[in-house]
Amino acid sequence: MEPILFMLFGAIAVGGAIMVVTRKHPMASALYLILTLFSVAALFVLRQAHFLAAIQVIVYAGAIVVLFIFVIMLINVPENRLPVERATVMRLLGVIAAGLLILETALLARRFAMPAAPAADSGSVQAVGRALFTDYLLAFEITSVLLLAAVIGAITLAKKKI
Amino acid sequence: MNPLFDIAVSVARIAVFFAFVFGLVVVMTWVERKGAAYIQDRRGPNRASIMGVTLFGMFHPLADALKFLFKEDFIPDGAHRLFYQLAPMFALAPAILTMAVVPFGPPVTIAGKQVALHIADLNVGILYLFAVSGMAVYGIVLAGWSSNSKYPLLGGLRSSAQMISYEVSMGLSVVGILMVFQSVQLSAIVRGQGELLFGILPRWGVFVQPLGFILFVTALYAEANRTPFDLPEGESELVAGYHTEYASFKFSMFMMAEYIHLVVGAAVLATLFFGGWQFPYLGDSGFAFPGGISVAVPAWAVFLLRIGSFVGKTLFFCWLYVWVRWTIPRFRYDQVMRLGWKVMLPLALANIFVTGIVLLLIDRGGF
Amino acid sequence: MTIGVKKVARPRKMSFGESLYLIEIVKGLGVTIGHFLHNVAHNKDIPTIEYPEVRRTMPPRFRGCHRLMKRMDGTPRCVACYMCATACPAECITIVAGESPDATVEKYPVSFDIDMLRCVFCGQCVEACPCDAIRMDTGWYTPPDDSREKLIFKIERLLEK
Repeated sequence: MEPILFMLFGAIAVGGAIMVVTRKHPMASALYLILTLFSVAALFVLRQAHFLAAIQVIVYAGAIVVLFIFVIMLINVPENRLPVERATVMRLLGVIAAGLLILETALLARRFAMPAAPAADSGSVQAVGRALFTDYLLAFEITSVLLLAAVIGAITLAKKKI
Repeated sequence: MNPLFDIAVSVARIAVFFAFVFGLVVVMTWVERKGAAYIQDRRGPNRASIMGVTLFGMFHPLADALKFLFKEDFIPDGAHRLFYQLAPMFALAPAILTMAVVPFGPPVTIAGKQVALHIADLNVGILYLFAVSGMAVYGIVLAGWSSNSKYPLLGGLRSSAQMISYEVSMGLSVVGILMVFQSVQLSAIVRGQGELLFGILPRWGVFVQPLGFILFVTALYAEANRTPFDLPEGESELVAGYHTEYASFKFSMFMMAEYIHLVVGAAVLATLFFGGWQFPYLGDSGFAFPGGISVAVPAWAVFLLRIGSFVGKTLFFCWLYVWVRWTIPRFRYDQVMRLGWKVMLPLALANIFVTGIVLLLIDRGGF
Repeated sequence: MTIGVKKVARPRKMSFGESLYLIEIVKGLGVTIGHFLHNVAHNKDIPTIEYPEVRRTMPPRFRGCHRLMKRMDGTPRCVACYMCATACPAECITIVAGESPDATVEKYPVSFDIDMLRCVFCGQCVEACPCDAIRMDTGWYTPPDDSREKLIFKIERLLEK
């Protein structure tokens, strides 16, 4: 059952991602992005990373894509004024490069067997929390400092007078 | 064990809880109108009758539903047809999904097997709730954008900004509870609230986290777009906000989504801060009051009392929505934003900080 | 001081307790639940008049729908003098006069229509009438109806009341 579901959600994730790039309407792209993020969350769940799945949905699908949509709404380009996309050499090369990358990944992935399912509680909130505050404390703290810097930077950029 | 039994239990749980929530949604629309009327010294709905029986206007929700079904399903000119029709579904689906993790009773033993009265007892419990309820904003935003009309657009913008802002303080206001009960699983949180605090008070979330409770209620009202935070549909300036251009059943889907959010929100409030299905001083075998008095209660009565306690708390918080709605006027938009970012967020962070210190002190035996 | 400028008292600064909102909200909730419980307990005290079944009794001088008066023998008292139609600011009265068979009366109204959709209920027609043939003392405001034609009151209807 699990491999089938894994394949299914993997396919949905990849399909959604392709649709994100190929859709003309930005709103359609954003909605497909949500679909992709959801299927990735489902993949996390299948690998027992429940906490990660929940955070994926809360942060990416619940907040970041909302901001994308926010911007799309504010700009609100009418459908007939969307830019016409043409097939150029660069785009063609991009497609070929992407195909090569997929091929390479597939060849690499063939070398490894599918890893066994991790222990049921390895992705729980407690386990992730413990790992973050013991083994990966330094990385965690450095990331938080980075985020703080980003927040302060955003405020100084946005606000002329503090 | 018998897989058929498991499936039957799952289906039954879903059916019962679904019926409970939807029944409450229908009743809520009536309570809202009747409560509003009585608070404002009016009579409220009392006309709809079946064979001459009006039952205090209880049939008005039925009449409304019928009317919604038979109204013209209308798509305005210039609306984006696909997104316009998708929006109500985007609004309703997350609302229904949220009810999956709320525990509505203690585990019961049926045919020699423990059955948890949950649709799903996820170990990320409350996070699932936040994740799914965060999806609700898409319905509103899509509706606002695809209607091709300025008032829905403004309503959608307002609601997306508001929901993102208050989601932050909502999540942080619950962290205190998670720290005290050391779990994000709703069933574990409810079990943790069965104990006594200092031997007198039930160890309910509201007693251990009073500030967290106030913040959570405020954020809940803002997330559910309820007065005093119902700016996305502020009638006085936005006609009806994001669902201005919707008619017939699509409109009723938005309405349903809104009321399901209210009901589930009330249930979560009861679960996190008021002990869920815990009845004060009621153990598995009977009451044990502080002071050593204990009264034995048969098991079935304990079960009924606990279910009743959950239902009662949920009903009370449903009523609280109505009560608050007809008491407090709407905030101005900048006031909402200031409250969210400059008051609630720092308070929620301070609450986490203080809770952490107190828990550490208790852990070290300082208390 | 410039004319027309009015000093308005600014709301005083909120005290700490008020700026917390919470106490004030609880007070407000107390007020509303008071109303609610009172109305639940004393259902009869709700001042709503449930319109189609219960009607407010209008004061005697209320200007309602018109009626035409009759003489002792049942013929309309109106002599089709057009005073009311002339006085009417909304021009809602249309009279067609005919020669009366009664020798003592010169004319009588063959038709007398009042367009209730145009009538502004000013009472000028009543003031203008020299023989007290039209009155507005029915105590009735314009009843709702589903077509414009039905709201043009004919002489038969006006004589009814």
